Amino acid sequence: MAEYKGIAVYCEVKDDKILPIAAEGLGIGRKLADDLGQELSAVLVGSDIGSLAQQAITYGADRAYVVDDPLLKDYQTDAYVSVMEKVTKQVMPQVLIMGQTDSGRDLAPGLAFRLGIAVTMDCVDLAIDPESKRLLQTKPVYGGNAQAVFTTDADPQIVTIRTKAMTALEPDTSKKGEITNITADLQASDIRAKILDRVVEDVAGIKIEDAEVIVAGGRGIGSAEGFQQLEELAKLLKGAMGASRPPCDNGWVPDTIQVGLTGKIIAPELYVAVAISGSSQHMSGCSSSKTIIAINKDPEANIFRQARFGVVGDWKKVLPAFTEKVRELLAS
Amino acid sequence: MNIVVCVKQVIDPEAPPSTFKIDAASNKAEMHGVPPVIDPYGEYAVEASLRVKEAKGGKITIICLGNKLSREVVKKPLAMGADELILLEDEAYVDGDSWSTATALAAAIKKMGEYDLILCGREASDTNSGQTGPGIAEILGLPCVTIARKIDITDGASRVERVTSDGYDVMEVPIPAVITVSNEIGEPRYPTIKGIMAAKKIEPVVWKPDDIGIDSSRVGAAGQRTRLNKLFQPVHEGKCEMAEGDSAEEAAANLALKLREAKIF
Repeated sequence: MAEYKGIAVYCEVKDDKILPIAAEGLGIGRKLADDLGQELSAVLVGSDIGSLAQQAITYGADRAYVVDDPLLKDYQTDAYVSVMEKVTKQVMPQVLIMGQTDSGRDLAPGLAFRLGIAVTMDCVDLAIDPESKRLLQTKPVYGGNAQAVFTTDADPQIVTIRTKAMTALEPDTSKKGEITNITADLQASDIRAKILDRVVEDVAGIKIEDAEVIVAGGRGIGSAEGFQQLEELAKLLKGAMGASRPPCDNGWVPDTIQVGLTGKIIAPELYVAVAISGSSQHMSGCSSSKTIIAINKDPEANIFRQARFGVVGDWKKVLPAFTEKVRELLAS
Repeated sequence: MNIVVCVKQVIDPEAPPSTFKIDAASNKAEMHGVPPVIDPYGEYAVEASLRVKEAKGGKITIICLGNKLSREVVKKPLAMGADELILLEDEAYVDGDSWSTATALAAAIKKMGEYDLILCGREASDTNSGQTGPGIAEILGLPCVTIARKIDITDGASRVERVTSDGYDVMEVPIPAVITVSNEIGEPRYPTIKGIMAAKKIEPVVWKPDDIGIDSSRVGAAGQRTRLNKLFQPVHEGKCEMAEGDSAEEAAANLALKLREAKIF
């Protein structure tokens, strides 16, 4: 029986780029491959993506496998699981790293169960155990209240990684690697759950994923009107607006700006948390921010345990005065 | 419509983080002094099932796996309006991973025989993994749509809106299918007094591994394919510098000055 060997990274692509999380996967994958003295492969799946394999190589892969087929234009579970099953059986990596994205959350468990193994989702740390040479898979559990370290006995060891938890390498445009095409062998009839439409809910201004400054509000903001005051501060600081889950569930703000375990995971320079208590599930989304500032009327609120600066007080009084002072200081 | 909803009894994820404790000897977590609850993500799945039943009629069967389950907790979906409750309750089911849990749930669903829709929460609030739904689908050979925010039933199919990072995908999937439900579906309803009374009269059916035709070695801890080596609480330094002032407004202005001084904006 052939042996599972090397590290493979599933590189999710969008438009004409591999996603940042794919570069992050290649960054940690490179380290693991070097620790084991093995090769790092990139796997790219999509339609009309041939030119992207080189990108994966510049981010650290030794070789790339490409599955290019018109049926793979949009992510659809049946097509992608089937293709990744084929790739995994052909490439036989010891470790397969994927991103904890919309499609990664769907693809990784489907693929793992198809292969007869389980996957560890949303890892924030990956390392090789010096003795057993198995992959130590660290992931937050209990909504971020704790972390667990898992290992799996069977190969491939499949994990997804959390956005921004790993560091991408600086791209090296001189790096070369072999690119291998693998056929998809798909029929349209293989796809049971079909995509009919992709709806993009445009958010005006800077996207929350790209913002260096985020001003976010919680349940205590109380209404859509309240969030207009947060938006004012966000604009002033050239940032974006975010929210914890209750304002999204109540329809005060769009679901797409939810920060947390099941929403966006972000790591801006500055995160201003207004009337957010700081539940573990919310902090999972913002705890990598460089500086967290909290405005909350409850001095015991959990958010103050992770904030660098804070004010205890009613946001309705604090926020306008804070915004005014920021405006004044920016003008001077 | 025969709808199966998988739910889980968990320690209360909404309890204050200060009540969260880990027992290092057993590698287990608990919320000190806070009773367990039905997993909130599972409650969204129950809510989704009730909406489908309202639109199309049918029967909702709840399945819950564990041991020494609190009857009061696991009957909540019945009080919300579900019809039947099956408990996979045995010591053998304890400490499973996604693999052994999905294996047992799939075997139980197969034994039930008639199902059009199988709903799960998008993930459980303790493991935060999100594998059980897709796992059941793979084992039963069914199509699967994850992270749904809306489910409509048409002729022999389901139209599902699946949450994405910048909006949603509209998916069509033939039924029977497995669908995992996200919080975007909307707040789960509260049990009514009438519902609570009705739930009291419903006796759960309990199935041991033998009843679902599966060897004890394939469920719970014995059936695991993932090993937990360590469970720990990350340490937060917790050094928050508070801006003070005689009024909220003054404290706010002082906060801005502090940030400017620290070159944060």
